[in-house]
Amino acid sequence: MSAAEQNRGSVAAHPEDSASAPRVRLKVEQASFAYSPTDRSAPTFTLGPASFEAHPHELVAILGPNASGKSTLLRLLAGLSKPLAGRIEVDGEEVSALDLRTRAKRIALVQQESELLFPLRVWEYVLQGRYPHGRRLRFESDNDCLMVGNALAQVGAEPLRDRWMDQLSGGEKQRVILSRALAQQPSLLLLDEPTQHLDIGGKVELLQRLRRLADETRHTVLVVTHELDLAAEFADRIVLLHKGKCLRVGTPAEVYDRALLEEVFEAPLEVEMRPGGRPRVSLRGDR
Amino acid sequence: MRPLTSRRVFNVCALLIGVLFVLVVISLRMGAYPIAVRDILMTLINGALGRRDQIPSEFSLVVFGLRLPRIALGILVGAALSTAGAGFQALLRNPLADPYVLGVSSGAALGAIVSLIVLPFTPGAVQVAAFAGAAATIGAVYFLGRRGGQLDSATLLLAGIITASFLSAVIMFLMTILSSRDLRGMAFWLMGDLSSAPAVDLRWLYLLLIVAVGSIYTTSSDLNLILTGEQEASHLGVNVRRVKFVVYVGASLLTGLAVSVSGAIGYVGLLVPHVMRMLFGTDYRVLIPASAIGGAIIVVAADLLARTVVAPTELPVGAMTAIAGAPVFIYLMRRRVR
Repeated sequence: MSAAEQNRGSVAAHPEDSASAPRVRLKVEQASFAYSPTDRSAPTFTLGPASFEAHPHELVAILGPNASGKSTLLRLLAGLSKPLAGRIEVDGEEVSALDLRTRAKRIALVQQESELLFPLRVWEYVLQGRYPHGRRLRFESDNDCLMVGNALAQVGAEPLRDRWMDQLSGGEKQRVILSRALAQQPSLLLLDEPTQHLDIGGKVELLQRLRRLADETRHTVLVVTHELDLAAEFADRIVLLHKGKCLRVGTPAEVYDRALLEEVFEAPLEVEMRPGGRPRVSLRGDR
Repeated sequence: MRPLTSRRVFNVCALLIGVLFVLVVISLRMGAYPIAVRDILMTLINGALGRRDQIPSEFSLVVFGLRLPRIALGILVGAALSTAGAGFQALLRNPLADPYVLGVSSGAALGAIVSLIVLPFTPGAVQVAAFAGAAATIGAVYFLGRRGGQLDSATLLLAGIITASFLSAVIMFLMTILSSRDLRGMAFWLMGDLSSAPAVDLRWLYLLLIVAVGSIYTTSSDLNLILTGEQEASHLGVNVRRVKFVVYVGASLLTGLAVSVSGAIGYVGLLVPHVMRMLFGTDYRVLIPASAIGGAIIVVAADLLARTVVAPTELPVGAMTAIAGAPVFIYLMRRRVR
């Protein structure tokens, strides 16, 4: 049984599950985008129409090699860019139509580590996640502090609470950044290559954590990654991109076709289907 | 976990206002005509209660006619420069930014020098022309510093540095045609000096100060987030474009206001925000009011020294802030490098 299934089996049903059918959390309909360096020049990168859905409790992995359009798609999902055509909806509302603060309450984006101009303690950093939940100029309430405590506990970062941000290891910092995103109480959690600077132990730990978050809370987690094997192990759904095109969407078993992956990643790969229905990817040794 | 509260901001402000008040009393006491502290306090109390007839005329002249207006000007200039410095450091995401980094002081200096050439004997013309020069520079750098329709920190910084450099070259050229008397006045002005009374009623200048500092203060929660990165702030719901516009206009106006009445007093806008960060933390909700009051304290103290250390000769206050400020700046810079 895969880690995902083990976790799913151990968690009691979420309140939202009692409703008739699971709601669609994220709906991407024929969304496309073209990037031009200036307003008048021809596009240097285009993202072809992409369509897929994600539901509550799902962990979705956006896979693809470099320059395949993963980050562009993530920017569209986060509402940082507006699709040229098509629609992107979160909880039934178009993302590009949401005002900034409403968007920040629904969608949290975790990017690579922050560059802090002045030192901050971990709790001060995580407290920033409460910004969209109050007036523009405000002082944090006891409830905000409670939320910060919960967010830190969710990622096992409570002992780090009083440490300075610039004294954390890569893995610790990643957990703290994730915890600030959780303090936003979003329904959709987007992560841009969160495993990039982590060792293998850190990568597995992070993916397990994200899996648990999807299972135990109301979040839908969407991860942009290169990690084929980790995505196969932990994701419910894969969106495979290549050269700006959305090639395939489905479960890991549906997407992990050896010929397709070899063409996309330009590497000799072996895809083995395991008993639980999850594929395992390795480098083929005959070359 | 001890988040910042409004009570703590109030306590910090109260403490700094207390220090400023003590310094004001000392400053009122010191000078060619010394007055006892008790007499100063009675004079201030009677003045505040409108009982001017109960104040001896010499005290009234020295306190309300000479020393208090100069101290009030020092408070105005210090508060304006320090708040502008704190604002620019966040706007440009650069801890070494100061109010003059975007060329506002050079624009003001050019305005001042042009007025000395064109209207040499017109009272107040220097200050009005300096403010006009500062305002024109603010506008020019704003348009040069935009990228993709909004202010871009790196482009803005470059635009400011180039503009300042260009304006300095024009100033150098114009200084060659000034008379030697005007040249000395200009040199004092460029170093920063509080000895000339403002051309406009101080109350109007204070109103502008309150509006500009207040506008920047409304963005203080946003600035805390912008310090971790503009894109991150935007994900967290900050309208980065609006915040940058408000801070740019507010901080530039404060700089223009200070420079036009006192010349370019150096180091205050750079160092006071850093000292306040060390004392009270990096949160802009406390940093902005602390910098404003702290800047007032530093300029009043520097002016007190400037007019007493080599009395009866007066030094330009900018020379005092530079003498004390340069070593502190080097210390901060080395501390950052380590």
